[in-house]
Amino acid sequence: MKGTAKDNAKSASLLLHNGGSVPVSRIPALSADQLKEQILAAVGDGAEIGAFFARPAAAGSGAQLVGILLDRAQGALQVLSARVTDSWPSITPECPAAHLFEREIAEQSGIAVPGHPWLKPVRFDPQFFQVQGEEVHEVAVGPVHAGVIEPGHFRFQCHGETVLHLEISLGYQHRGVESGLERGPDARSIHLAETLAGDTTIGHATASCEAMEALCGREAPPRAQALRAVALELERIANHVGDLGALAGDVGFLPTSSWCGRIRGDVLNMSALLCGSRFGRGLVRPGGVAFDVDDQLLGQLKERISSSLRDATGACELLWTTPSVLARFEGTGAISQETAREIGLTGLAARACGIERDIRSDLPAGIWRFTQVPVSTWRTGDVFARAYVRWLEVQRSFAFIQDQLGALPPGDIRVGLPRPSRSALAVSLVEGWRGAICHAVITDSEGRVSRYKVVDPSFHNWFGLALAMRGQPVSDFPLCNKSFNLSYCGHDL
Amino acid sequence: MLRIIRERLHQGFRTTPFPTGEPPVLPARFRGLPVLDSARCADGCAESIAVCPTGALSNGPGKGVQLDLGTCIFCGECAAACETGAVIFSNDYRLATRRRQDLVIHAGQDLKRAESMGRELLRILGRSLRLRQVSAGGCNGCEADANVLTTVGWDIGRFGIQFVASPRHADGLLVTGPVAQNMRLALQKTWEAVPEPKVLIASGACAISGGPFRDSPEVCNGVEGNLPVDLYVPGCPPHPLTLLDGLLRLIGRVREK
Repeated sequence: MKGTAKDNAKSASLLLHNGGSVPVSRIPALSADQLKEQILAAVGDGAEIGAFFARPAAAGSGAQLVGILLDRAQGALQVLSARVTDSWPSITPECPAAHLFEREIAEQSGIAVPGHPWLKPVRFDPQFFQVQGEEVHEVAVGPVHAGVIEPGHFRFQCHGETVLHLEISLGYQHRGVESGLERGPDARSIHLAETLAGDTTIGHATASCEAMEALCGREAPPRAQALRAVALELERIANHVGDLGALAGDVGFLPTSSWCGRIRGDVLNMSALLCGSRFGRGLVRPGGVAFDVDDQLLGQLKERISSSLRDATGACELLWTTPSVLARFEGTGAISQETAREIGLTGLAARACGIERDIRSDLPAGIWRFTQVPVSTWRTGDVFARAYVRWLEVQRSFAFIQDQLGALPPGDIRVGLPRPSRSALAVSLVEGWRGAICHAVITDSEGRVSRYKVVDPSFHNWFGLALAMRGQPVSDFPLCNKSFNLSYCGHDL
Repeated sequence: MLRIIRERLHQGFRTTPFPTGEPPVLPARFRGLPVLDSARCADGCAESIAVCPTGALSNGPGKGVQLDLGTCIFCGECAAACETGAVIFSNDYRLATRRRQDLVIHAGQDLKRAESMGRELLRILGRSLRLRQVSAGGCNGCEADANVLTTVGWDIGRFGIQFVASPRHADGLLVTGPVAQNMRLALQKTWEAVPEPKVLIASGACAISGGPFRDSPEVCNGVEGNLPVDLYVPGCPPHPLTLLDGLLRLIGRVREK
C-alpha cells in the first residue's frame, strides 16, 4: 500500500500501513524515557512488538533505537524511535515480550541494557541458568542433533524426569544475512531474502520485495500479488502437512506419518510447477513475480490441488479419531493465553492459545486487502491445539488457492522499479506459515540499504517452547519441539 | 482400525521405481544441468555474468566462459538475461561429481559425473551406508530435501542407506550449509567421531562453496579446504532426485555416465 503515513494525535508515534514507507526524518525522535513509556502503553493496550532494533546514530556516537509496534486494533503499525548514547533502561521486567529484542540490541550495538533480568548475547553464549538443589540434574542436547535438522543447544534443568527449566541457546546458524542485505539492493539481495529461512522462501521473499516496492513507490501488479499469495499458501500447506506427519511419527502413529511425508512432497512439487523450485526459489522478485501461469498450467495445478486435498484429508483426519494419538497430544506442552500474550507469541502458536492474530486479516497488504481467509484458532494451547490449528489452516489454504486459481486477475506480472527513496524507512509484514514475518528497511542518503532488520516469527516463539516444557517429562521434548517447529536459521540470521 | 485400512487402500503404493524404473517426471521449469553454448554470444556472456549473484559464471583469460556448478545456486538469472541461448538450464538432474574441479563446466564439454567409491570402500560400506547429517549454517532447505529421501515416496532405506542419530554409528557425514563460524568446531568434532573408513558428502551450494552466503565473514565458504570431500552434490537446494542419484553413484548402484 502506498506510504500513507499520518501523525497520530494521541501519542508521539507515527502510523504506517503494512507495506508503507516514510522519510526517516518523520519518525518521532523521543527521549529514552518517553520511548519506554510509549512502548509500555501501547503493549498495555494490546499492541505487539513487531521489531525493536538499533542502528548507528546519524551523527556522533550512540545509536538510534527504532520500535515497530503492531497495532491490530487500528490496522496499522506504530513507528517510534529514540536516540541513546550508551545505555537503554530495560523494559523486559514490565514487558517480557521485549526480552530477546533487548538482548539483540545489546549484542548488535553494544548498548548496555541495565535492568534486563538475563542479558546475554542472542547468538552463541556458553553460560546457562542453573537450578540448584538436591537431585537436580542437567541434560545437554546439541548443537548436532539426532535427526536431520538444524543445530541448536538445549539445556534442561531436571528433577528426575520433570523439566524445571529449559534454556535454548542458538546462533550456530548465524551467517551474517542482515549485513549481507545492507550492501544492497544488489544482485544477491533477493537470494539472501529467499534463504533467510529456506522453508519460508515465499514468505520472506514477499516481505522483502514489498519493502523494496514501498521504498520505490511502486506496487506489484494484481496478478503478481495473487500468484505470490497462491505460493504463500502452498508453502503453508506443505509445511503444515509435513509437521502433522512428523507429529504423528513422534507419537508412533505411522500411517499418517508416512503419508504426510509424501503429500508434503506433492505440494512442494506444485511450487516447482510454478517456478521450477520446490521451495519457490526464483518466483517472487522485486516488482512482481518472475513466472506467469497459462491455462494448461492452471489446469494441472487445479487437478493436483484437488487430489492432494483428498489425500491430506484422509491422512490427517485419522489423527483426530485415534485415541492413542489424542492421548499423547492433549494436555502436552500447554501454554495459557495469558502467557502467550505476555511473551508475544505469534502465528499458529498464538492462535492455538485462542488468540485471533493473523497478519492476513489484521494488517493486510497485497492481495489480502481484497480477499480474506478465516482466522483459525483453538483454545487449549497444547500440542493438540497446535496440530489441530494446522489442519484447519491447511483446509482454508486449499480453499483459498482454489478460489484464486479460478479467478486470477489478468495483466502483467512484473513492473520495473526505480531507485529506492533516499533516507527512508519501509516496513512490511507477511503472515508466514509460522507467523508474522517483519522486514524493516532503512536507506541512506544515496538510496542504498543502511539497515536491514529481519524478524522471523521464530524470534518471538522460541521462548514459548521453553515455557511449554516446564513441568513436562523431558521425553516429551521432541513432541513439543515438533509442535512449534521453529526455525533456527530464521532466528540466527 | 477399519478406517486406517480403508485409507491405506486409498493411499496405495507410491514409491518411485527409480533407479530400476523411470525417475519421476520433473516439471518443465525445473533448472537442472546448465548447458553452455558460448559461440552463440559475441560478447562472452557479459550480460549473464553481470547478473550472476555468486560469481559462478565467469569468463577468464585462457579459460573462456565457464560455469562452476559448485557455486551456482541455479537461480536462472543468467539464462533470463541471455537472449542468444548461450546459457540455458536443462532438465537433467544428474549433477553429482567426485572431484571439485569436475564441477566447472565449459561449452561442449560433458559433465564428468560421480563414480563409485572404489572396490575396497564398496566392500565395506556399499551395501549399508549409514550417514550422520550435519547442518552447518545455511537455510535448512538442503536438510529438508535430504529428509524427503526417507519418506515413502523415495524410501532410501531400500538401498541400505540410512540417516543415523550418532556419528559413532555412522560411516560418513552428509554436510549441508556454508559452515558458519559458530558450527566449525561442532562439525570438526562430529567428523572426528566417525570411525574409519568414512566418507564425506557435501550437499548443496553452501557446503561446496558458501552458496548465497559466500564471502560473509561469518562463514567458512563450505567444507572445502577444511575436510576431505568424497562427493559433491550441487543445487540450492539439490533436488531429492539429484541427491539420490549422487548417493547411488557413490555406492555403485547407478553406473551410467
